[in-house]
Amino acid sequence: MPATWIFLIVLALAAIGYVLGRSRALASAGGDSRHLHSLPSYYGANAALLALVPSLLVLVIWLFAQPLVIQNRVEHLVPETSYETEGELSLLMSDVRRIADGLDLAVERGALTEDEASDIRVEFTDIRERLGAVGVALGSDVQAPMLAAAKAWREMNASGNLIRTVVVLLVALAGFGLGLTRARKDFRARNSVEKVIKGLLIVAASLAILTTLGIVLSLLFNTIEFFRLYPALDFFFGTTWAPSFGGGSELGILPLLWGTLYISIIALAVAVPIGLFAAVYLSEYASPAVRSFAKPLIEVLAGIPTIVYGLFALLTVGPLLFQAFGPGTLGWMGGGRAVMTAGLVMGIMLIPFVSSLSDDIINAVPQAMRDGSLGLGATKSETVKQVVLPAALPGIVGAILLAASRAIGETMIVVLGAGAAARLSMNPFEAMTTVTAKIVSQLTGDADFASPEALVAFALGMTLFVITLGLNVFALWIVRKYREQYE
Amino acid sequence: MTDATASGVPAGKHTSGSLLEQSPRTKRRNASEARFRFYGMAAVGIGLVFLVLLLIAIVRNGVPAYTQTFLSLPIELKAEALDKNGNRDLEDIRKVSTFGYNPLLDEALLRVVADNGIESDYSGADLRKMISSSAAAQVRDYVLTHPAQIGETVEFRVLASSRVDGYLKGRVLREDLERDKNLDAAHLDIIDVLKDAGAVTRTFNWAFIFGADASESRPEQAGIGVSMLGSLFMMIVVLVLSLPIGVAASIYLEEFAPKNRWTDLIEVNISNLAAVPSIVFGILGLAVFIQFMHLPQSAPLVGGLVLTLMTLPTIIISTRASLKSVPPSIRDAALGVGASKMQSVFHHVLPLAMPGILTGTIIGLAQALGETAPLLLIGMVGYIASNYPDGVASGFLDPNSAMPAQIYEWAKRADPAYYERAWGGIIILLLFLMTMNIIAVILRRRFERRW
Repeated sequence: MPATWIFLIVLALAAIGYVLGRSRALASAGGDSRHLHSLPSYYGANAALLALVPSLLVLVIWLFAQPLVIQNRVEHLVPETSYETEGELSLLMSDVRRIADGLDLAVERGALTEDEASDIRVEFTDIRERLGAVGVALGSDVQAPMLAAAKAWREMNASGNLIRTVVVLLVALAGFGLGLTRARKDFRARNSVEKVIKGLLIVAASLAILTTLGIVLSLLFNTIEFFRLYPALDFFFGTTWAPSFGGGSELGILPLLWGTLYISIIALAVAVPIGLFAAVYLSEYASPAVRSFAKPLIEVLAGIPTIVYGLFALLTVGPLLFQAFGPGTLGWMGGGRAVMTAGLVMGIMLIPFVSSLSDDIINAVPQAMRDGSLGLGATKSETVKQVVLPAALPGIVGAILLAASRAIGETMIVVLGAGAAARLSMNPFEAMTTVTAKIVSQLTGDADFASPEALVAFALGMTLFVITLGLNVFALWIVRKYREQYE
Repeated sequence: MTDATASGVPAGKHTSGSLLEQSPRTKRRNASEARFRFYGMAAVGIGLVFLVLLLIAIVRNGVPAYTQTFLSLPIELKAEALDKNGNRDLEDIRKVSTFGYNPLLDEALLRVVADNGIESDYSGADLRKMISSSAAAQVRDYVLTHPAQIGETVEFRVLASSRVDGYLKGRVLREDLERDKNLDAAHLDIIDVLKDAGAVTRTFNWAFIFGADASESRPEQAGIGVSMLGSLFMMIVVLVLSLPIGVAASIYLEEFAPKNRWTDLIEVNISNLAAVPSIVFGILGLAVFIQFMHLPQSAPLVGGLVLTLMTLPTIIISTRASLKSVPPSIRDAALGVGASKMQSVFHHVLPLAMPGILTGTIIGLAQALGETAPLLLIGMVGYIASNYPDGVASGFLDPNSAMPAQIYEWAKRADPAYYERAWGGIIILLLFLMTMNIIAVILRRRFERRW
């Protein structure tokens, strides 16, 4: 029975449990709800939750565990002579899976009967052709051991599914029964229901930890796999980035880090002065009318998706800069895609980020400090320069660090605007590339997932994650420390 | 402050003390004040100028995508070419491939050119460069649905090729065509005459808004409709998952969580996840959903799951803020009349916080709608979204594109005619985002209570 059906049955059971539990509890109180400990609906909800939660938990765990267990068992059936590395084995296993799924599909579509599918043999049938007819494309002809493995897979899957159905439904029924027997007037249904709901709330909140764990683990395992194929020292200290999908690639991260850093520096050089001055003007000088008009408009820049900025860099800013600095005039630029293009556009994107964060921080400086300075005869600008900004400095540094981490992790602008060549150069009008752009290009190419050329993307992702995480933690720490100072 | 005493006027040595005339030092200070103020205004001005430039670039480059050039062509659907047996059997008609329709198009084009009195030594195949290569398929589809029309002459509006379209929109210039093997300047002379005669027209391009993507060589046919559906299915996944999970997590953290290590860990995690680069979520999606769980590549379901993980922190942060703004007296009143903690939250606090939660959710959804980078890694780019999904399940599970991914895809293609489509797509994307943000603002203005 497919998982959706099980799910629907359990859901129906829970609905019945709700109605029955409610009416049983009422009946036990003689129809007068005042004699119940909790409201009648709690008795119903209790029965429904008992039927629903444990059985769905079992179902979800089963759905995850079954393929892993079967994979583990079937792996032994693939002869050890047919593969050398883990990567090849995983490719073979995915073939086995596809054959097994294909046989299932063929049975479902009526192209094969169940008996034919379980007795099928490579010697007599062209399996590739038969499966192709139902729309399952196989990369190569099917070998006998692979077919045996696929058949074993099917059998285990079928029996696993049967056991799954039985177990899940039994658990649901048990919960259903327990919920109903408990639906008596002295039972503290509200407390019991609330305990379950609180558990669910905790699970939802813990999802954040699960996400972080998922990120770290998926990066970590693949990075370790990469370092097994490619020396870590060469990766971190290599100065050439030259992946070639035939093998013998040089994968040094330094040129990528340099490109990332250079673009970020230009972006910050644009965003920080403009953002900071805008924040100072809007919070210290502007009339309320100007502020309520200009502030939201500048923040519109933050709501525009990065793909728009990417296109703006590629099709508007790039050609403009090329006209100004290209071969026609100064000859500094070889094409529209350059560090400058990406940096400028990214700077525009970061303006609202810097300005609204700094605005908050400047507003948090107590008014008494300004009044004191103005009272001593300082002008407004002197007050800002000598009192407000020094007081707000740690917070502003935090804001700039947050903006820097944004710039380092930005993808679409650099993919479209910065170019694809990895270079260690000082010329800001040359095309360079960044860590994020290379993650995209290494993972969207045709490379086999087990090759160092694809796995390097995970090592790059890990580097990016560590750098941005470090920056964020540091920046948040500074901002928090600063806030406490004036609260 | 130490500056002021050091440079202050020493006692007993009065320089010009006039109130009417500024001393040089005051003048300098006032000038620097004015300068500082000007810098601030300039910074705000530059920010606004960038915004205006961006919008001008989008509108100027994108609006042409909303009109499209068509050529009215009376085509004689010859029975001997389309239905050799003459029995109007659909099976036989279907056997004629689109190639079989090209001679009919050639003939019709030659006739149109001759009728308008144009001298031209182009053959029919040369003239066919003026129209889209989709024209033959268009005529074939018509014949298959109206087999009775075979033998008649039917007036078709076929798409002009992207070069012709670009010429009429001013994007393609005569000089550009010298190195172009797809069209010659002489074609443009024909187009000019046909335009004056009314055979070539430009109308609003509904096909761009509702149509499917086309292959690399047919930019005139490409539309954003299918990827809009992809985005819609993704947003459904994001909404269905992130709203309940986000609200549940926020309720726990704001109302129930004890102050312990686990809670601290969750809080730190949420604030860090909000700042993790989006591309890292793409890597997570690739590794967990596609490599580990074997979910289908390029499916809106996977895209939705990845975007859910990405928007959850945003939603949690805004939901917590709106829960926090409900005054404690509400909770106390509920507890006072015998409600449990859970009842006070679900029956009283949550409904009062709902406008704020919905506002935050809409803003989170808008963010997710415009996000591109993670979608690149789970295979939503490079896929040509040419078919509408045929049902709800296939909408979630079949490969599709999404609006921003489609725009990126167009931006990468070599033909500049696709750039116009990309800008046009951005206009639609921004309209969606604007609508969502306006709804959020209205929600906040109308329903949010100040305590």
